[in-house]
Amino acid sequence: MRVELADLGVRYGRRAAVQAVSLTAAPGRVLAVIGANGSGKTSLLRAIAGLVPHDGSLRWDGAAIAPDGAVGYMPQDNAARAALSVFEVVLLGRLRSLAWRVAPDDLAATAAALAELGISDFADRRIGELSGGQRQLVFLAQVLAGNPRVLLLDEPTSALDIAHQLQVLGLLRDATIRRGLTTIAVLHDLNAAARFADKVAVMRAGALIGLGPPGEVLSVELLRAAFHVEAAISAGPDGRPVVVPLSVVDGGF
Amino acid sequence: MVSLAALAGLAASFAADLATGPALLPLGAVLRVLAGQSDDTMLSAIVLQLRLPIGLMAAVVGAALGVSGAVMQTILANPLASSYTLGISAGAGFGAALMIVLGGMLPVADMWAIPLGAFAFAGVACALVAGVGRLRGATPELLVLAGIACLFLFQALLSLLQFLASPEALQMIVFWLFGSLMRASLAKVAVVALVLAAVLPVLLRDAWQFTALQLGDDRARGLGVRVDALRLRAFVAVSLLTGAAVAFVGTIGFIGLVAPHVARMLAGEDQRHLLPASAVLGALLLSAASVVSKLILPGTVFPIGIVTALIGVPFFAWLVLAVGRR
Repeated sequence: MRVELADLGVRYGRRAAVQAVSLTAAPGRVLAVIGANGSGKTSLLRAIAGLVPHDGSLRWDGAAIAPDGAVGYMPQDNAARAALSVFEVVLLGRLRSLAWRVAPDDLAATAAALAELGISDFADRRIGELSGGQRQLVFLAQVLAGNPRVLLLDEPTSALDIAHQLQVLGLLRDATIRRGLTTIAVLHDLNAAARFADKVAVMRAGALIGLGPPGEVLSVELLRAAFHVEAAISAGPDGRPVVVPLSVVDGGF
Repeated sequence: MVSLAALAGLAASFAADLATGPALLPLGAVLRVLAGQSDDTMLSAIVLQLRLPIGLMAAVVGAALGVSGAVMQTILANPLASSYTLGISAGAGFGAALMIVLGGMLPVADMWAIPLGAFAFAGVACALVAGVGRLRGATPELLVLAGIACLFLFQALLSLLQFLASPEALQMIVFWLFGSLMRASLAKVAVVALVLAAVLPVLLRDAWQFTALQLGDDRARGLGVRVDALRLRAFVAVSLLTGAAVAFVGTIGFIGLVAPHVARMLAGEDQRHLLPASAVLGALLLSAASVVSKLILPGTVFPIGIVTALIGVPFFAWLVLAVGRR
């Protein structure tokens, strides 16, 4: 499903968190949203998810309203207080169709999502017993179990070690291609964004200051403007850019 | 398995409740009366007219408090939430005291005016807390704070009433606040049972939504839960359940707090199981407390509210310290 934003803005009282963002996200592609803390990434994602009101226009394959259940949203916080099993948590991804007696369809979709992310083994464990990385996979499975067409992820890898980061982002890219998902992910790690995204959107102070394939957009000047850092950019083994931050620009903050 | 054991426990406790009292009755005789196979009119009168309403009242009120506590803990994402800790019972207490102080000025008999006042002010307290929830950006934490503010507000208003009340009214208020099952009658049991029978299915229809809510507001919204509407429905349900329960028996603490905790340990957090389990365990706990209240001093019935608190506190401490650590 094609997601089109035109002049999208989010205000909290008098403060504008996001201003006039226009971009398009396409099916089968990963769009990474990057930017410094407080640049409006999360607000942008929450606006697309329909969790905060916005102005400007937001279109889903041209329609003003997304079909029910078409959007899967994964918030940043992955703490889990509830004493639910992994299977139950993933099953809740089917909430829109869950009845008192759980239908075979819902059970099958849950089992399939667990298998897709390779976590069928701990279906019976409690979510609270898992490590941060495992929990992240569970919540990803939960979102996928709902068979969304658009996937909105807020820093899906921020709590993870590098092995889990690679694993989660790899699974995410595979699922995006295989299912033809329109994936929009807020990412903290520039190199992860450069490596796994088809397109990056760079935000500063609520506005979009760069949009395009990572190799074209990520430049020394842009990183200075977006993050107030001096950085070296080289080409990685796959031809995508690798960013090495060197120093903070004087007077940047 | 576990639910069968809990139901069996409830049945045993209920039978024991009917057998205990100023005169200890043999269990077999009590069961014969209940089965309609006893010729002993004296015994039948004691069991059916005196003790049956009390035993039934303990069960339905306990169930109502158990369910309302479970719902509060879920919608406020806080294990300390219950209608007692968040001022709804205090609101009911104030309503009852107000009716006692106003006394004969109302066109309704005391027997019904006091429960009506308690019921109405349980609703007012709930509306206050839920009203805060309608504010934009209200979080569960804010709701809990609103509940605590509500508790202090109604406690202060209650103190004011006690200060102004005549000695006779003051005594009645204090006795009402102790909580007691002695005022039970089959008509009152029927009212509480009807409210429970009406509200519980409505709550159970939202069972999956409540389960999803335990993953946090944002994630629940992402899954399709209309969180604010769900909370509002839940608050209405809680105010009906608590209002009905507290109206006839006075303020009874700890059932609404402890029953859901025990239920969660036995049944997990899937609300399809947790809500019914909280009802059964609430009924069991209050029924057991009723038995204990009659056994402490033979010939005397201790106010049930005192018993639930005195047993409830150490029990709760044990639960949290010993079992909660697993």
